[in-house]
Amino acid sequence: MTTLKIPTPLRTYTGGKSEVNVTGVKISEALTDLAAQYPAIKPHLFNESGELRPFVNLFVGESNIKDLQGVDTPIQDGDRIMLIPSIAGGSQLWSQTACRLTVKQQAASLQNGE
Amino acid sequence: MIEELSHEQILRYSRHLLMPEVGLQGQIKLKNSSVLVIGTGGLGSPVSLYLAAAGIGRIGLVDYDTVDTSNLQRQVIHGTSTVGKLKVESARDRLLDLNPDIQVDIYNEPYTSENALRIAKDYDIIIDGTDNFPTRYLTNDVCVMLGKPNIYGSIFRFDGQVSVFYAKEGPCYRCLFPEPPPPGLVPSCAEGGVFGVLPGTIGTLQATEAIKVLLGIGEPLIGKLLLYSALDMSFDFVKLKKNPNCRVCGPNADIKELIDYEEFCGVPGHHADDTSAGAGWDISPQEMKARIDADPKLILLDVREPHELEIVAIKGAKNIPLGQVAERMSELDSAEEMIVFCKRGSRSARAIEILASAGFKKMKNLKGGINAWAEEVDKSLPLY
Repeated sequence: MTTLKIPTPLRTYTGGKSEVNVTGVKISEALTDLAAQYPAIKPHLFNESGELRPFVNLFVGESNIKDLQGVDTPIQDGDRIMLIPSIAGGSQLWSQTACRLTVKQQAASLQNGE
Repeated sequence: MIEELSHEQILRYSRHLLMPEVGLQGQIKLKNSSVLVIGTGGLGSPVSLYLAAAGIGRIGLVDYDTVDTSNLQRQVIHGTSTVGKLKVESARDRLLDLNPDIQVDIYNEPYTSENALRIAKDYDIIIDGTDNFPTRYLTNDVCVMLGKPNIYGSIFRFDGQVSVFYAKEGPCYRCLFPEPPPPGLVPSCAEGGVFGVLPGTIGTLQATEAIKVLLGIGEPLIGKLLLYSALDMSFDFVKLKKNPNCRVCGPNADIKELIDYEEFCGVPGHHADDTSAGAGWDISPQEMKARIDADPKLILLDVREPHELEIVAIKGAKNIPLGQVAERMSELDSAEEMIVFCKRGSRSARAIEILASAGFKKMKNLKGGINAWAEEVDKSLPLY
């Protein structure tokens, strides 16, 4: 069992949990397990083709998986994985803009009758 | 170049002079140093206060905003008496009161690709105390291009990050975050809150790193990122390495001059008005009052979060938080007249976009939100 630390911005998708226990022998398996437990987090970590998004930083212990073997980095019981978010500050501008784009997507899908 | 301290300065800085790690030579070094602080808000407040107190000879302050009462919960450099004043002037006056021995240069302008290199070039160290992605990428690229250390601090709700990005000796901000998250993936449509003491913690750590770097003592956070959680009271450190593919500090860097950072981050300019739903949709608080008086059954839709209703509410309004409008619109009748509102008109404008795309037509957006209503119509209500 490995512990995955969830940053505040993504806790909305883990039912408020700050740490999630995941299983797997490498990072990709741990993430698949995380996405299985909390499907809503998936689009925030992976793009449409299932690759890890470039702004998602994962660390095993103190090391970035980008400096190890990426999603193939092996993990062991007791390892601590951290998801490190890109945060900017109390930016109203950013959250409003983000919201605006989300709304545009929602509006577009409503117009398409989805 | 100052080579010695006056009697008054020796007394002022005596607690530094007593420490061999600083000492007389260190204090003279600080006196001859200059630091640029981008932003005089939550992070800039403690950073610049401690830099001034420590006797940094010249401090530059960049901001273009004015002090608002809602800033004072965390922006401790400002005060009740400076509400309405320019932030850079309010901050300068406070710093010079704390330490008249220093020079404070102020730049009352947004920090942009046009002025950033000119402003930053005459400072030894740059402090990133901004609150948005475009200015963070700009600050990073300026530091890489000018070969200066970027003392980075960032906050979100209860979490903070600190590092020293210094491309000459380690990774830069882009090595860790090559690009910002697309705005569509930022989760919340609620207006962001900040735990007031959090920027105090993070800004003080930034000031610590700046002074250490200037003195050349200790282990600066170069190649390390500190992650702080106020709720968990946890400090985690991770190691950062230079990214060989970094577009600004890597061996094959292709970004050689400053770019359009708002375009890069996919956000609009500093002064974009997002509180209007567009021509024909907006209604003023006075007009809304007249409409309610004429039709007491007029439907009012409040799209704020439930905890905001505890702060202030308009009696009889129906609450559907913006994030739920799309899925709960069956609770609304498109045949009925409706006025939509939020705190200041931005979220309600977005709600109107959603409802309009589903065929709703008889709607108005309360321009300025419940704050404008409280200011112009019902003065018994608080502003927030």
